[in-house]
Amino acid sequence: MGIILTTSTVVPLVVFIALLALGGYILARRRAMTSTGGDSRRLHSLPSYYGYNAVMSVTVPALLALGIWLLVQPMFVQSSVMEMIPAQAVPEGSSVNLVMRDVRRLAEGLDNAVQAGVMTSAEATDLTATDGLRMWLAEQGVAIGGDINPEILAAAQAYREMNLTGHVARNLVVVLLALAGVLLALRESHAEFRARNRVELGIKALLILAASLAILTTLGIVLSMLFETINFFRLHPWTDFFFGSSWAPNFRGDSDLSILPLLWGTLYISLIALLVAVPIGLFAAIYLSEYAGPKVRATAKPLLEILAGIPTIVYGLFALLTVGPFLVQVFGRGEAGFLGVDWMSGATSVLTAGLVMGIMLIPFVSSLSDDIINAVPQSLRDGSFGLGATQSETIRQVVLPAALPGIVGAVLLAASRAIGETMIVVLGAGAIARVSANPLEAMTTITTRIVSQLTGDSDFASPETLVAFALGLTLFVLTLGLNVLALYIVRKYREQYE
Amino acid sequence: MSDIPNPAAPIADPRGASLLMPDSRTKRRNAAEGRFKIYGILAIGVGLLMLLTLLFTIISRGTGAFQQTYITLSVPLLEEKLDKKGNRDLADIRKVSTFGYTPLMSAAFEAKVAEAGIDTPLKPKAMAELLSKDAAAQLRNHVLANPELIGSAVAFEFLTNSRVDGYLKGRVSRESITNDKNINAEQLDLVDALIADGSLRKRFNLDFITGADASDARPEAAGMGVAMLGSFAMMLVVLVLALPIGVAASIYLEEFAPKNWITDIIEVNISNLAAVPSIVFGILGLAVFINYMHLPNSAPLVGGLVLTLMTLPTIIISTRASLKSVPPSIRDAALGVGASKMQSVFHHVLPLAAPGILTGTIIGLAQALGETAPLLLIGMVGFIASNPPESIAEGLMAPNSAMPAQIYEWAKRADPAFYERAWGGIIILLVFLIAMNAIAVLLRRRFERRW
Repeated sequence: MGIILTTSTVVPLVVFIALLALGGYILARRRAMTSTGGDSRRLHSLPSYYGYNAVMSVTVPALLALGIWLLVQPMFVQSSVMEMIPAQAVPEGSSVNLVMRDVRRLAEGLDNAVQAGVMTSAEATDLTATDGLRMWLAEQGVAIGGDINPEILAAAQAYREMNLTGHVARNLVVVLLALAGVLLALRESHAEFRARNRVELGIKALLILAASLAILTTLGIVLSMLFETINFFRLHPWTDFFFGSSWAPNFRGDSDLSILPLLWGTLYISLIALLVAVPIGLFAAIYLSEYAGPKVRATAKPLLEILAGIPTIVYGLFALLTVGPFLVQVFGRGEAGFLGVDWMSGATSVLTAGLVMGIMLIPFVSSLSDDIINAVPQSLRDGSFGLGATQSETIRQVVLPAALPGIVGAVLLAASRAIGETMIVVLGAGAIARVSANPLEAMTTITTRIVSQLTGDSDFASPETLVAFALGLTLFVLTLGLNVLALYIVRKYREQYE
Repeated sequence: MSDIPNPAAPIADPRGASLLMPDSRTKRRNAAEGRFKIYGILAIGVGLLMLLTLLFTIISRGTGAFQQTYITLSVPLLEEKLDKKGNRDLADIRKVSTFGYTPLMSAAFEAKVAEAGIDTPLKPKAMAELLSKDAAAQLRNHVLANPELIGSAVAFEFLTNSRVDGYLKGRVSRESITNDKNINAEQLDLVDALIADGSLRKRFNLDFITGADASDARPEAAGMGVAMLGSFAMMLVVLVLALPIGVAASIYLEEFAPKNWITDIIEVNISNLAAVPSIVFGILGLAVFINYMHLPNSAPLVGGLVLTLMTLPTIIISTRASLKSVPPSIRDAALGVGASKMQSVFHHVLPLAAPGILTGTIIGLAQALGETAPLLLIGMVGFIASNPPESIAEGLMAPNSAMPAQIYEWAKRADPAFYERAWGGIIILLVFLIAMNAIAVLLRRRFERRW
């Protein structure tokens, strides 16, 4: 029992709850059975439901409390300790967050030391000497970034103290809730209790919870990006973001952060990708649905769809190491190249990324169009054949016009996929933000800039990092808009023939 | 009977041609028909050609990574160098760093060259440069594992450096090394002589599949194993979270949800989440799991959580399809013999839909396995995943890479020797994906019922 109350990890606690739930199951079931003298026919529900009811009333409140506590305690401790750190304890060029990281590390180091038996818990609390502490901690395998001054030590001790108290309080609350749950369930377990209805209600609540996770995810996406975007617009004028003309992040401040050059690169690459994917995908879909025999269809369709199952990192590598150098061989290199021209200098370019992305989108366009062409009623084709039209005339003048809204929807979905695609452009498009009509030049896209601004050591207080969230939100809105439009068109079209 | 036309009379043809002889317009229409058909065949041909090109590129450029060049040297493990006290105490032996082993290896290399009777102007130090920078560590680890070997001479296969390896694989040629500081023509002469002698050869390299990543200077020692463990840890998280949550959500939406605006919102949300770009999920993971909840950076647990959110819509959509395919008669029969709604779903509908659910889950997992973009944002790149995790908890919480992130990492490095690794990594990744999809297809064939 002692270890359960003082532990900082949750494993013993969860084991305790699980054991209690198991015990509750056995006892509640037995109690219900004895209440009818062992005759299960006189129980309201099957005996096992009394057991499940006990399991539920033990685990649900206890685990819920545990989860909430795990979320809230770090935030609470963090903010109250942060208030303790005086402004002069923060070195020049550092931030409170960095100091807090040292505080956390130091507290962990003290914890480790106590756990290893090097010092007692009381010694860790009363420690005042900061000399040599850093070296000593390094020997224990704890690295501290800055120097340890008395303020940090005091903060770390407070941090540790509060966490210890918090853990004990948390464990106490959870254990009491679990015990109360089991007692309540045992008291309820008698013949008239509607155990099945209770259990089913609980299960239904769980199902609803699972289903609403989708809403929670969307909310999480929107809110997490929205808050940071608002922070960004506090630090950087929104007019520059939407209407500026150049993208030149500068981590010493005073950056030009305009989305327009990135949007241009994104749209240009997507356009090339669609120019590749739409004709090929559409003709493939027409052939497969109108001309091909069942055997050809059964082999060609899955083979084409393999292209959609290949991870995008593979396409990215293909763009960077195969297609890019090939294009340089054709369009670059001057006299040594195939065309004898020198229009292209590096392997990364709009054309490289666009071509490869087009290949990736072929199966996407073809299978969506295939579905849509198949949904055109046979009577339309028969009518056209009856009038003497050839098959290609039927397709061009009857089937395609009938399927057009659906195909437009498919193309929009492909466009949204192209705009949001990351790995191909990260590896194949380049890193230079520019607005140019030359497809052989390197340009950059929204997604590549998100990756480059957010990878590595980012300072979440600078506009250069926060701009990634504004870019992400724009991307989200853009793709969402395209999707909603596409789905609306497709759905409307489907209704037409149903 | 006068209205019956005389069959012998010629039929008046407005265009004046025979039915047996197509006129020019018909010819044109038939040609257009043929052309149209050819366009379709061409489109499919182009698509399949691209697939073939892609696969050919991957295989032709990636298989090299599974082979590595090794040189067999007999190294005398001198006791006075490696274990001065002579008591075979592991702690003492551990104190000898890789620098302590380097002279032994240079000496061994020189002895090898002398024994083979090769005449070279190179100094022993320049000879030893042909070895990988990892070779001394290789020897040290071997000695630490078998301390009883000290005092004897062991014959050991050492990695050569990536230039020698590239020379054997055709990536490095005598023309390409003119500006290369890492290797010169005399060294290549020595390599040729050693190949002729039989002590330098290429063989299968298991370490690429099971080993850890290596730093920029040692492409020959880099492996995929640790990143693979990272991917497995993430898949474990995805499976444990996405399958139950996805199934629960689908059961609610398909079997219990009333037709109202809340259900509509949930459904619209799910179909939209399926189309959200993966990088946006990465931003979500960074903002919520790392910046807000302070989960560790680069941990497979975080990667798994992000991929779970990404995979959920896929699993929900396929699970709903397989629940929908169970005929209502099953539910009605269960309700008819007195089961509750919940019992009819859990005891009858769910087991019948299980194969379809499993298939959808495996396909969702395969999708998650190849996803890279969100992993970049939560920091699963940019460092060297060098130590395999020691326990499941460490596997989830300690920084690690993942297979696609490792491939990206190699693709970003400057040395072309890493490109070969990246292609090889893709082969490993694709083997996993093909295996998972094959299992899904087999499951579907074996268990799916048509009602």
